Amino acid sequence: MKHSLKLSQYAILIAVMLTASVGDTLLSRGMSQIGVVDFHHLGLLWKALFNPFVASGIVLLIGFFASYMTALSWADLTFVMPATAFGYVVVALLSHFWLGEHLSIYRWAGIAMIVCAVGFVANGPSRTEHPSEHQELDLMDSGAGR
Amino acid sequence: MLKAPMMLATAVPGTSLLRTWSAILMVAGMAIAGECLIAAAMRKLGDLDIIREHSGLPGAIRAVLSSPLFLAGAFCMALNFFAMLYTLSIVELSLAAPATASLTYVGNAAAAKLFLHENVDQRRWLAALFVAVGVVLLAH
Repeated sequence: MKHSLKLSQYAILIAVMLTASVGDTLLSRGMSQIGVVDFHHLGLLWKALFNPFVASGIVLLIGFFASYMTALSWADLTFVMPATAFGYVVVALLSHFWLGEHLSIYRWAGIAMIVCAVGFVANGPSRTEHPSEHQELDLMDSGAGR
Repeated sequence: MLKAPMMLATAVPGTSLLRTWSAILMVAGMAIAGECLIAAAMRKLGDLDIIREHSGLPGAIRAVLSSPLFLAGAFCMALNFFAMLYTLSIVELSLAAPATASLTYVGNAAAAKLFLHENVDQRRWLAALFVAVGVVLLAH
């Protein structure tokens, strides 16, 4: 079982944490400007793509997608999942300590639970190794090494 | 239990309960399918850092884009993206984000165990449940 992660792999996990939450916030801000989209006005979704907040959100979510896929190439889905949730904690803590926003007892409890969740998986192996797996052969099969 | 009062406070007026939760379930379902397919694709390809060392960034991108599992997963994630945009237009973020995230985290743990055969031990189940409850609490 592979336990330890390299520094660059921690950097990828931090990118996963930050890009998703900031990207979602930008999308939300953009969609609030676009207004209600229903089945009769689906064209608004196309218009939404050109909203600066939605466009910036999309750029960050592409960054999230790239770092998330990289993380999944060396770690289990159930190992990477809490890292994505930790982004919510980062945003909540930034809003409290940087913007001076009030955090209710519920939010502190939510932060504590997510931190605990990250602790649960961080102490365990990052990857389930299956006996039938031969990564070198898979690498050759993918044609990437040619 | 926590979601009912939150839903009353945050659903856009005129949006029915059925429509609200159908949209949320649709977003979560697409996310679970997409993430599992992409995780399966990445597991099959192997460490992207090693692929990048061997054949550079273009080689890594080519390897990813030529994986049928990845393409299926990306299609699901694209559907998830537009489903989320639609959902955000009928349900406020304070309900949509924690509800879809919670359902996705628990669903992903089950799907990872069932389809990816990951070793989802007690610790990982607890992590998924803590995250699911944690994101709901954060929305308060």
